[in-house]
Amino acid sequence: MSRIDISQGRIIDPANDIDRIGSVYIADGKIISVSDAPAGFNADIVINAENQIVCPGFIDLSTRLREPGQSRKATFKSETLAAASAGVTTLCLQPDTSPVIDTPAVAELIKELAEKAQYPQIYPIAALTQRLEGNELSSMLSLKQAGCIAVGNASQPVRNLLILRRAMEYAASHDLLLMFRPNDYWLGNNGCAHEGALATRYGLPGIPEAAETIALSHCLELAELTGCRVHFGQISCRRSVIKIHQAKKYGLDVSADVAIHQLHLTENNMIPFDSAYHVLPPFRTEADQQYLREGLAGGTLNSICSDHQPHDLDAKLGAFPETEAGISSLETLLPLMLKLVAQHAITLEQGIAALSDNPAQILRLESGALTPGFAADVCVFDPNQEWQVNSENWKSRGVNTPFWGQTMKGRVTCTLQTGRVIYNQKSSLHL
Amino acid sequence: MKSMADNLQLNSEGKLKHFLTIEGLDKSLLTEILDLAESFVDMTDNQVKKVPLLRGKTIVNLFFENSTRTRTTFELAAKRLSADVLSMSISTSSTSKGESLLDTIRNLEAMFVDMFVVRHGISGAAHFIAQQTAAHISVINAGDGQHAHPTQAMLDMFTIRQIKKDFSNLRVAIIGDILHSRVARSQIQALNTLGAAEVRVIAPKTLLPAYVETLGVSVSHNLTEGLKDIDVIIMLRLQKERMSSALLPSESEYFKCFGLTEDKLKIARPDAIVMHPGPINRGVEIDSKVADGPQSVILKQVSNGIAVRMAVMSMAMQKRGVV
Repeated sequence: MSRIDISQGRIIDPANDIDRIGSVYIADGKIISVSDAPAGFNADIVINAENQIVCPGFIDLSTRLREPGQSRKATFKSETLAAASAGVTTLCLQPDTSPVIDTPAVAELIKELAEKAQYPQIYPIAALTQRLEGNELSSMLSLKQAGCIAVGNASQPVRNLLILRRAMEYAASHDLLLMFRPNDYWLGNNGCAHEGALATRYGLPGIPEAAETIALSHCLELAELTGCRVHFGQISCRRSVIKIHQAKKYGLDVSADVAIHQLHLTENNMIPFDSAYHVLPPFRTEADQQYLREGLAGGTLNSICSDHQPHDLDAKLGAFPETEAGISSLETLLPLMLKLVAQHAITLEQGIAALSDNPAQILRLESGALTPGFAADVCVFDPNQEWQVNSENWKSRGVNTPFWGQTMKGRVTCTLQTGRVIYNQKSSLHL
Repeated sequence: MKSMADNLQLNSEGKLKHFLTIEGLDKSLLTEILDLAESFVDMTDNQVKKVPLLRGKTIVNLFFENSTRTRTTFELAAKRLSADVLSMSISTSSTSKGESLLDTIRNLEAMFVDMFVVRHGISGAAHFIAQQTAAHISVINAGDGQHAHPTQAMLDMFTIRQIKKDFSNLRVAIIGDILHSRVARSQIQALNTLGAAEVRVIAPKTLLPAYVETLGVSVSHNLTEGLKDIDVIIMLRLQKERMSSALLPSESEYFKCFGLTEDKLKIARPDAIVMHPGPINRGVEIDSKVADGPQSVILKQVSNGIAVRMAVMSMAMQKRGVV
């Protein structure tokens, strides 16, 4: 394996409290030094990172690559390239594939697809219940042994709390992390927009905050009862942030993330009936967004995820409530994080930590940091490079983003995963 | 919040191109619709009920949801404008074969249609069709989900203006299932645009949408209190399935609390009029004596429906110098 010198960039490594100009030295797929060149180090490749930022590769806790089962929407090849070009070196795959990731065979299939695609490290999340139906437990231990990093029920609620309790007890027995998107099935009422002024004006079925906070409260109680570690995904509202803050203070072993677009858009930004804004949980109010931003800055929300959901055109063509929810969001992840920094919502160090060290700790991975000995997962980006969200620059198969046509500031120039260059902006081959 | 109406409903000269919602249309445009409708009302009294305004034009009524009254009045309105009309009930034809909404529209476009009148059970459907359809085709929303029913609202405004002349001193109560009502949403927007003194909604909390006051209404949960000083009473139809979905305990309890009876009617102004977009559930939201009584203008609404729809259709076609 080649020896690489990422030279003269501004190294930001929150886990090791590093922020200085210097070089990162890589050999045998591992970080070997972030200060002085090791004796006798002769780089095979020198990556000039002058005026750029060098940081740990990003770890995305919630993505959909649409394979297996929905390759008309996107493929491993298209989406892992999109991920690599976005600086993502590790991603967690939600179990709502087709078939669902509820048997070791599907987990193995995903491993094969991932190896063929050769881009970021992919960890499947095992289905918590069979077919995500919320009735019977999945074979969590076998799924863990087949490479699943956690368990979860994707966007599907577990309606019966006794089953959720047992699933959490079983997960805890095998020291499995539960990744839980709180959403009460009944209170959600098949809604498609935040239950607020906009939904009322446009006659859209609304989803109240209580659909999230009540499911969250139930799960927090069960976390205490069962001892299961829980990570709450895609938090969308003020009262959830408050509840998670209280639970952490109380001593529960819980963590949480927020999808990047929730930190930038609210119901007030929505263009009525524009399906690009159809996302679940829905865009809520300015007050909710403010709390999400503060929750991130204060550490209540540990990480930012892309919640990447690429769609084919047909999925978004229709009357708003009938379209499919979700945004293709990997490629805007970094520039939108940098926008938070520019708006003084968080510091650059916090933003990078929320995309690397913090999710690594949630997943208990030796990753997300430039610590010597760790796998060389590195992202190099130019914080000032501007680019337009258009078909020329876009790599994901899904063009379903409300940011289409907008100018973004900040772009990944090079991504390395275990010491391999998996993306290089200057090379058309992307290696 | 951005308004969708600005760019989509109006052409570059600010003329009506599609009629999808009251939102974004100003008082002068709504007044223009009412004035034009008035000329058509006079005409329908004539022996010859037709004008050649839309001769040679093809209008397709696309009804994805069943409706007798609305479809019939749209059909009559089109015929009186001398257009060729085709009415399609889509629930029983192509969509049951798996054809998408967009494909249905594309196919009809290929048959050189000039206007779609659309009723659909999903909010935003008419808006979607207007966005997707060829530039020369106008779309009239005949009711989409719980969003809008602008021609119904305009025929109600027309009926109110006929009797009350001016909106500025009017207090209007809308009573019943506001939550699921596209009619109520459009009425509220129209009344506020036309400058009504007050729009009051009266219903139990289960039948009111969240933050209903943001629509520009005052709220009451009590019919007896809510009817005070009211000039115009608009009753809404109560669907039977609201009981099974736990929004209400029973029809009889609903009638007791929110049903309009002769006694309750006396609380409103003595010259108050009673309206209902139909079809009526007698003994559920309204007592027969009131529905058929001297203050009821329910049938007048129906007759006015044709003239108002003629006005909207001809104005939407006017954009290309047809009229």
